[in-house]
Amino acid sequence: MKPAPFDYHAPQSLAEATGLLARLDNAKVIAGGQSLGPMMNFRYVIADHLVDLGGIAEIAGITLAGDTLRIGAMTRQRELEFSDLVARRCPLLKAALKQVGHRQTRNRGTFGGSVAHFDPASEQPMMCAAHDAVIEIASARGVRRVPFAQFGLDFMTTALAPDEILAAIEIPLWPQGHGWGFHEFARRHGDFAIVASAALLTLGPDGRIVRASLTLAGVAVVPVRLREAEAALVGRAPEPAVLGAAADLAGAIEPLADIHASVDYRRHLARVLTERALGDAAARAAARTTP
Amino acid sequence: MSAKRQISVEVNGAPRQAEIEPRLTLADFLRHTLDLTGTHVGCEHGVCGACTVLIDGRSARSCLTFAVQVDGRALTTIEGLGPAPGMLGVLQEAFQRHHALQCGFCTPGMLTTLTELLNDNPDPTEDEVREVITGNLCRCTGYSGIVAAALDAARRLREGEA
Repeated sequence: MKPAPFDYHAPQSLAEATGLLARLDNAKVIAGGQSLGPMMNFRYVIADHLVDLGGIAEIAGITLAGDTLRIGAMTRQRELEFSDLVARRCPLLKAALKQVGHRQTRNRGTFGGSVAHFDPASEQPMMCAAHDAVIEIASARGVRRVPFAQFGLDFMTTALAPDEILAAIEIPLWPQGHGWGFHEFARRHGDFAIVASAALLTLGPDGRIVRASLTLAGVAVVPVRLREAEAALVGRAPEPAVLGAAADLAGAIEPLADIHASVDYRRHLARVLTERALGDAAARAAARTTP
Repeated sequence: MSAKRQISVEVNGAPRQAEIEPRLTLADFLRHTLDLTGTHVGCEHGVCGACTVLIDGRSARSCLTFAVQVDGRALTTIEGLGPAPGMLGVLQEAFQRHHALQCGFCTPGMLTTLTELLNDNPDPTEDEVREVITGNLCRCTGYSGIVAAALDAARRLREGEA
């Protein structure tokens, strides 16, 4: 047995789970366990108590409320990948989910678990950034809702306090007919992205861009929204020169280097992948066929 | 020392009960508690896919699942894939026919993963087969035989071979 010993708790409600976190010392929450599992096997994480959210039905599932997609934290990645609702209304999320790990890990891994884990190269926090998601957080002290921009603080660090549980993610949907694009480079399908780029575009009746969202993952300690490039796109026709200029701004970031890729290579990928993502988004928006 | 817990599971169709430590992974539970050593343990951190089993028909890495988490579930391991003890299923026979294994270490994970794929999608493309086994490392075959075996088995299953 590789992990250090712990006591196991299997609460059946969110209230029971937050009650456990409020009273137990050195407790960790386990969702799908696809990131926590390796960390426990390596003993990077040694917890006295493991609180398993797997039995809490109230925080699993996908619902549509108006123009907001509400994803319970315990929704398995597989369920999102194969959801008709996600495919129809949030196709960028579906495209990104297909790049998350492998079939075996998506069967267990959860959306909320990945957002709480907050790996800088993960597609799921990136999707929260791209869509300006709102994170719903529960504790024995009550429920609070945090905009994603204030949720992700630093490398693998979020606004979650030790007694809090990420309960749901709310994604404000883009209008029908929006365009989207997603491109990622990894050494092997399912590996963490070296760089990933996501684009969302809405065109006005005159064919000009009225709204844009550009997001990169794998380049910094948190997912990066390219606000300057987004602003440069609004009001312009989605012509190759305009999209290329926005992609040039993506290629001007100051990325991190690690054993997988240098600063220069990540800049190159950021530019190329953003140009491709924007091109796909513009073509889909022009065709008015979101999926 | 942590409190032990009682679990009841169905393994390859047979009910099994055990009292276990919470930190016991499903892989170690299968191999050490139940003596089902067909499930192989490679990296023990979710990278190699050798330990893949089916939990209620869904493939999962048994090294990243604690046995206490599968209380009440139905598990299928490599020992349960054949139609009867000592007999090979269509996918296993295709592996033999296409030389889809050499050392055999990755094979239990490949077979459980591809069993789920063929249940979900009886007519996968080569790309779909290749994508689904990105989570399973094989260092002998170069994957070509595995892909050929999966496509051959899919065809035979569609044509009604049991």
